[in-house]
Amino acid sequence: MRSESEGISGLLLDERCSLTLGELSRACRVHAEWVIELVEQGIIEPSGGGARQWRFSGTCLGRVMQVQRLQRDLGVNLAGAALALDLLEEVRTLRRRLSVFEQE
Amino acid sequence: MQYKDYYAVMGVDKNATQDEIKRAYRRLARKYHPDVSKEPDAEKRFKEVGEAYEVLKDPEKRAAYDQLGANWKAGQDFHPPPDWDAGFEFSGGGFTDADAAGYSDFFESLFGRGFDSAFRSARSGAGGFHAEGQDHHAKVLIDLEDAFTGAVRGISLQTPQLDERGHVVTRTRTLKVRIPKGVRQGQQIRLVGQGSPGIGQGASGDLYLEVEFKPHPLFRVDGRDLYVDLPVTPWEAALGAKVKLPTPAGVIDLSIPTGSSGGRKLRLKGRGIPAATPGDLYAILQIALPPADSEKANALYRKMEQELAFNPRAGLGV
Repeated sequence: MRSESEGISGLLLDERCSLTLGELSRACRVHAEWVIELVEQGIIEPSGGGARQWRFSGTCLGRVMQVQRLQRDLGVNLAGAALALDLLEEVRTLRRRLSVFEQE
Repeated sequence: MQYKDYYAVMGVDKNATQDEIKRAYRRLARKYHPDVSKEPDAEKRFKEVGEAYEVLKDPEKRAAYDQLGANWKAGQDFHPPPDWDAGFEFSGGGFTDADAAGYSDFFESLFGRGFDSAFRSARSGAGGFHAEGQDHHAKVLIDLEDAFTGAVRGISLQTPQLDERGHVVTRTRTLKVRIPKGVRQGQQIRLVGQGSPGIGQGASGDLYLEVEFKPHPLFRVDGRDLYVDLPVTPWEAALGAKVKLPTPAGVIDLSIPTGSSGGRKLRLKGRGIPAATPGDLYAILQIALPPADSEKANALYRKMEQELAFNPRAGLGV
């Protein structure tokens, strides 16, 4: 029962994790064209040259899914979603900083 | 089953216009959207609002709902009257929204038949209906120390499934998940195929676990970096000293430089959360004054007063 006590392992979606355009599209169940649009909007930034060489970090996957939810639930367009994502990221950073200096 | 007051959920009047309902929905959706909101029960509220809007935005469903009567109170035990929906026709045969599985029993008993039968025909295989399972999102709470060593955490998940008679029921299942060393607050772990089972031959969805740290009594976390308050005596700060400092990986010796002041941050490189480039640990000096609660302590303070020409308010110009 070794595997039982070790638990199942997932993929940690951090900056070291590297996904191709196909893998990212499949994970989010969207067309590659739509992912390319997000790259063109500057919402996610892959490393590597052309679309075939693109590699996306785990953070990109989280952002793509967030854009999907914002579009579906709030009806924002891509530019609006991009703005919301950037602002949310800033709020998260500020809250984190604040919690460092705030005493209970 | 409890009666749901959809008007109260949306915060609108019973005779609100469709436009008013739409406006209320948009405002509440922004307020409670789980990606945006900081309300602790945002997800629950967002689903409630979505369910209420699903009914009230559709004049046919709204009329059917209104016909139940105005005497019901939210939370009251509810059974739909027989043939309550006779004379109403729902366009599109109910709902197809992907989130519909999250709607209440109350909703399902009124409008949920389309959903149920889609599941059932899939089960019998007659319709040849296939769909991929939903992705699931959940949070997993870990201790800061787990990020230093890695850990295995059991989590409970609620998954909608079909029982023998083809009804949708919620089952609880437990998963043991490996939390990798070096994980940071807010990061996600993707578990392929651990979401909802697919329908027919559709593949299962994936499970996304968001890692959250329990508040730690000593350490505060900022990304990979840690902060800890370190109380020191005035003489340790003034003269320099070697003191003990707790870290999540064990107690270490730390040198306090001569002439340190309160609030000074001492950086211990690489003592934060481990990674290829590990985080740092910052010890923030807090000067603790010994109480003047004895004759001797009083005398010492008085001696300092007389012999040290020190004005801490020089910078204020007074």
